[in-house]
Amino acid sequence: MAFQLPKLKFDYKALEPYIDEMTMDIHYNKHHGTYTNNLNNAIAGTSIEALPIEEILQEVSKLSPAVRNNGGGYFNHNLFWDIMSPNGGGKPDGALLKSIKKFFGSFDEFKEKFSNAAATRFGSGWAWLVWTGKDFQVFSTPNQDNSLMDVADIKGIPILGLDVWEHAYYLKYQNRRSEYIQNFWNVIDWKAVEEKYIAATSK
Amino acid sequence: MKHELPKLQYSPNALAEVLSEKTMEFHYGKHHQAYVNNLNSLIQGTKFENASLEQIIMEAEGGVFNNGAQVWNHSFYFEAFSPAPKHMPEGDLLKAIEVSFGSFEEFLSKFSNAAATLFGSGWAWLVVDADGKLIITQESNAGNPLRKGLKPLLTCDVWEHAYYLDYQNRRPDYIQAFWKIVDWRVVEKRFEQAR
Ligand SMILES: [Fe+2]
Ligand SMILES: [Fe+2]
Repeated sequence: MAFQLPKLKFDYKALEPYIDEMTMDIHYNKHHGTYTNNLNNAIAGTSIEALPIEEILQEVSKLSPAVRNNGGGYFNHNLFWDIMSPNGGGKPDGALLKSIKKFFGSFDEFKEKFSNAAATRFGSGWAWLVWTGKDFQVFSTPNQDNSLMDVADIKGIPILGLDVWEHAYYLKYQNRRSEYIQNFWNVIDWKAVEEKYIAATSK
Repeated sequence: MKHELPKLQYSPNALAEVLSEKTMEFHYGKHHQAYVNNLNSLIQGTKFENASLEQIIMEAEGGVFNNGAQVWNHSFYFEAFSPAPKHMPEGDLLKAIEVSFGSFEEFLSKFSNAAATLFGSGWAWLVVDADGKLIITQESNAGNPLRKGLKPLLTCDVWEHAYYLDYQNRRPDYIQAFWKIVDWRVVEKRFEQAR
């Protein structure tokens, strides 16, 4: 079965004023929609057609650039919509907060490290919090690459991701990427991030 | 040597049919200016302090390369535009284009395709190679063909900031409109100098 654009759990204007309605609409329908269609076209009739996206990403080195780019784009945006909410912001708690403190010293130190990874990615890409199987890592990847890919420098399960392609913020923030990054912290759904953390660490 | 933002040869609203005044204000006034400022502060006290942009493009890495190449690329990009452009090359350049690509129309379609298919941020280029032949290349992010011994004649910026305010996700529409403001007089002059 072909990959489907997942349903959003909020409407296009729900993340205002941090992410504007028009950006949400175009980002979701056009950009994410195109990655989904292009991925389906790239794998149609091949042996990987029926695999889950995670397994496809694990072998992108053997596949066409179209699968790497669009498969990454499909997965990354799924995760991105998933970890945001109009009731987001604040801090994580419980096991996730404990783990963040363990590996970064404090939530604020983690926040700074993540924001810095997002701000310093030159060109298009993503900032990540990844569970490697033994610890947390914060870093960025170019274009639509991610840590599930066999080509990744750091491998692991993404827990939190921030899109820093210009399409993610240009209509509202233009060249002010750092303002967009700052505001992202107001819409992070820490419950969803915690769920991903629990799923990753119980594997 | 302090690098400076070159003056535009036209007013910021002169290309509005293709690139809005707001796009020019950000692309030239903010992005291009920021690359100039970043470069100037990064080279202070380094061996690139008195280097030309070309030297920086050939030899530098990391932030110095990225900002230096982006200064050069953007100057080259904005310099090729005119509100009253010459719409087609002629003479030696047209001949060279026909030899390399079959026809001017074929060239337009191949260059447009290179610009449309570059994944992520970057640039499409028309360059002269070491044998004097014209070729089309793609470069990611700040990439510049000088580094590969190629001589640039024309470039199209396909970072999303170049077109997002006016065209959003419709990069092909931007590329199609781009041809309306390319002044082939400028490209002809570059071709003459490249030979
Ligand atoms: Fe995106
Ligand atoms: Fe640009």
